[in-house]
Amino acid sequence: MADAALFEFLHTEMVAELWAHDSDPSPGGQKMSLSVLEGMGFRVGQALGERLPREMLAFREELDVLKFLCKDLWVAVFQKQMDSLRTNHQGTYVLQDNSFPLLVRMASGQQYLEEAPKFLAFTCGLLRGALSTLGIKSLVTASVAALPACKFQVVIQKS
Amino acid sequence: MVHTSLDVVDEKISAMGKALVDQRELYLGLLYPTEDYKVYGYVTNSKVKFVMVVDSSNTALRDNEIRSMFRKLHNSYTDVMCNPFYNPGDRIQSRAFDSMVTSMMVQVC
Repeated sequence: MADAALFEFLHTEMVAELWAHDSDPSPGGQKMSLSVLEGMGFRVGQALGERLPREMLAFREELDVLKFLCKDLWVAVFQKQMDSLRTNHQGTYVLQDNSFPLLVRMASGQQYLEEAPKFLAFTCGLLRGALSTLGIKSLVTASVAALPACKFQVVIQKS
Repeated sequence: MVHTSLDVVDEKISAMGKALVDQRELYLGLLYPTEDYKVYGYVTNSKVKFVMVVDSSNTALRDNEIRSMFRKLHNSYTDVMCNPFYNPGDRIQSRAFDSMVTSMMVQVC
């Protein structure tokens, strides 16, 4: 149970640390920090994608993989399931979490809306990394309309 | 010979997808026996394939033993993946992994 709190604190510190060192306030500098966070999430996602599906049967199709992300991955990392999964059946999926644990402690509404993206970068990378280990190349972006609800959009890249 | 067995693995995986078989196991079983060797296959959810080649003279090896060897292999491989110094796709240089594999092979011979 302490794992969840530990992860939250570590994550908050990671974001703070990357932002503090970056004295370059221009959009270029900010993007660097965001991509570093995303890269970290990606590597962690790759490892999780290997460890979590261990005894499970092989995934039959893409939707199964997404369901696995929403249920098992989310429960393993955030102790809750994703609240909704929508798709246009053409390679785009929208995963919605109505009370995202990393945002829940910040605010409930419109306050701190501009700060939210930094706290979602790691998780976007996490999703992209897990998908890549399971054989799916994708692009993951996040959007927040009102804290602590957020949406992750996964677009599958067909090579 | 390992390359031919990889072809058989690919065949089995694609057959699994199309045939809607209930048995979606990770363990693929005996791929095909040749005169001197038996080849076993196992595929993970991340499409990583493990191929084990066993000398046919060692007939004492039972199916569950092979399964448990593959399970140990999968666990060690997962540990290697989680090592932050390892970049996925590189050749595995972990000594722990090597020693686990060697001890497994020694156990069997």
